[in-house]
Amino acid sequence: MLNTSPAFKDNARRAMADAGLQKALNCARKPFAQTRAAAVAGLPEFEALRDTAKNIKNHTIAHLDFYLEHYTSQVEAQGGHVHWCRNAADARNEILAICQRVGARTVTKGKSMVSEEIGLNAFLAEKGIVPIETDLGEYILQLRAETPSHIVGPAFHLNREDWESSFRAAHTHLPVDRIFAEKRDIQAEARGVLREKFLAADVGITGANFLIAETGSSVIVTNEGNGDLTQTLPRVHIVLASLEKMVPTLEDTISLLRVLARSATGQACTVYTTISTGPKRVNDLDGPDEYHVILLDNGRSNMVGTEFQDMLRCIRCSACMNHCPVYLTVGGHAYGSMYSGPMGSVLTPAIFGEDQAHLLPNASTFCGKCESVCPVKIPLTGMMRHWREREFERNLSPATTRYGIGIWGFFARRPSLYRAVTRLACWGLGRAGRKRGRFTSLPGAGAWTRDRDMPAPEGETFFARYAREQRDR
Amino acid sequence: MIKGITDQRAAILGAIRRGLKRDALPADQAMMLRTRLAAHPRQIVPAVVARDRAALLDLFIANATREFTTIDRVDHLAALPEAITLYLRGQNLPLALVIAPDPSLQAIDWAASPLLTTRFGRAEASDMVSVQAGFAGIAETGTLMLPSGAGTPTTLNLLPDTEIVVLDTANVVGPYEDGFDRLRAAGDLPRNVMLVTGPSRSADIERTLELGAHGPRRLHLILVGPTESK
Repeated sequence: MLNTSPAFKDNARRAMADAGLQKALNCARKPFAQTRAAAVAGLPEFEALRDTAKNIKNHTIAHLDFYLEHYTSQVEAQGGHVHWCRNAADARNEILAICQRVGARTVTKGKSMVSEEIGLNAFLAEKGIVPIETDLGEYILQLRAETPSHIVGPAFHLNREDWESSFRAAHTHLPVDRIFAEKRDIQAEARGVLREKFLAADVGITGANFLIAETGSSVIVTNEGNGDLTQTLPRVHIVLASLEKMVPTLEDTISLLRVLARSATGQACTVYTTISTGPKRVNDLDGPDEYHVILLDNGRSNMVGTEFQDMLRCIRCSACMNHCPVYLTVGGHAYGSMYSGPMGSVLTPAIFGEDQAHLLPNASTFCGKCESVCPVKIPLTGMMRHWREREFERNLSPATTRYGIGIWGFFARRPSLYRAVTRLACWGLGRAGRKRGRFTSLPGAGAWTRDRDMPAPEGETFFARYAREQRDR
Repeated sequence: MIKGITDQRAAILGAIRRGLKRDALPADQAMMLRTRLAAHPRQIVPAVVARDRAALLDLFIANATREFTTIDRVDHLAALPEAITLYLRGQNLPLALVIAPDPSLQAIDWAASPLLTTRFGRAEASDMVSVQAGFAGIAETGTLMLPSGAGTPTTLNLLPDTEIVVLDTANVVGPYEDGFDRLRAAGDLPRNVMLVTGPSRSADIERTLELGAHGPRRLHLILVGPTESK
């Protein structure tokens, strides 16, 4: 569920003053870029594979109806069930119905941003079913009643001190005087606590990185093994996936996997890549008795055929946010959405509505770094520009912005007047700022100069100078 | 109220088709897509795996080792119990095994190693060491392909602290695609196919990688096959 996207500006200001968050962001900035760059350098075919990945996803989206139906029939042929859900409420109710039918008391969960999107945990808890997050990052967020700040490393905004204090507060059955000498001690404690939960759970819910039409399979990609325990031990496995996770074949899937982990964590592949197909077979010694797929739309089908269709290619690697100067300054929570950074700025308004999230596409310098690292080459800045246009058209931007753009538009349509006015302004500002070379405040632009200085113009406009230099040649 | 399942399906398909500005695909186009699914064409395969068998095995070992898989080699399956005993004693681990009920592992004379306690079946929470039969090794990334089945339960890959995988060197392939071809040749796709690259880990605490998350803390691979070239 969306929480604070409408308050993006206040969130950003708070985030920049949050010492703990800034520490975490500073520690992550360099490794984010370096690990990806090293992984990319290790695969000569990487650039070519980006085009392959893009083409596979484009092909799938162009035939999405066919592949979804084929996929569904393949799942059913293996004894599984596909539940098509138009929106978040439909998905929550389908999951609840399954849990109630099998008398579930506790549900273990693998990391799933779609689960965050539909607000599943709060809903299940309200209905008396205990959801337990088992990804290490999601687990501590559940303990702290926080939301993920990153789609791959949901708790990367926390520092080691936070982990220790949260674990001491939550695991009161363990000795008070225990020592966390190393990070692995914290991890070992989570392993011990969660192992019992894995064994006791009635239902396991995972997300999916891919759904394969050819075989009717769901694929999860993890390092911890929590997703595999979640989908192997309980009687019922529920896969919660949005419909753009569709991929035609195993070969297509592996092509996407070759760019996914490298773009995400800088690994050639994650420790576990698991392909699941239906429930336990007749002679199997383990595995779930029931296999369900919640196939969620929630706004995606409406993106097909629009200027936002390319966003459906996204494979959720997080490279765009890992390289985004805005994300790396304010962190993920400021966006108020489980989808943050450039991909979140494009996807959040499509899922939750522009009225809720129109500020997010404005949180970009349009530097284009996101597009240059995107493994499926999504034109992220172009789509943020489309959202800004819609924001203006729908009168969602503030009055001052609209008047400002209106005034600018008036002059821009009258080039000679525009040049005359800018020439005058440049000359005036150039003279006024000659001494210091910049302005720390300007009348009417206080909001802008509060956080930055305005460099003083040279005294001549670009047009004037260009014309002069042409003449002087 | 939840609308009927067919309603939801029709609504979603309708919205997608409106976006694509067409109806359901005509039969000839649908047939082309089915043909593509049946042919499952390969895309770009990394050139690093284009090498002879010996070099492929070296690449597999190098990649697996980099991802913290420990590797031992034996000439014949008969040498397995001794190799496992040595490994476990060297690591100071219990000598009790839960073993995949795969014919190749069941045929071994485990009783000849009286120090080992053995049981065949799926893993339970109390099992500390498992022995799994590997299906294929993928040299491209040093990955083990471990499909589920009557003889190869998935829990062996997940519950014990230490997993020992036994793999014939003849089953080391280059790219993932070769592994998938072998899977298809073996029959229906198993319920679960795990592609495992090293022991479990997490980087959720301050982004530094720590081994031993929820899955095995140790992944030990015993390669079976002639080692005279080594």
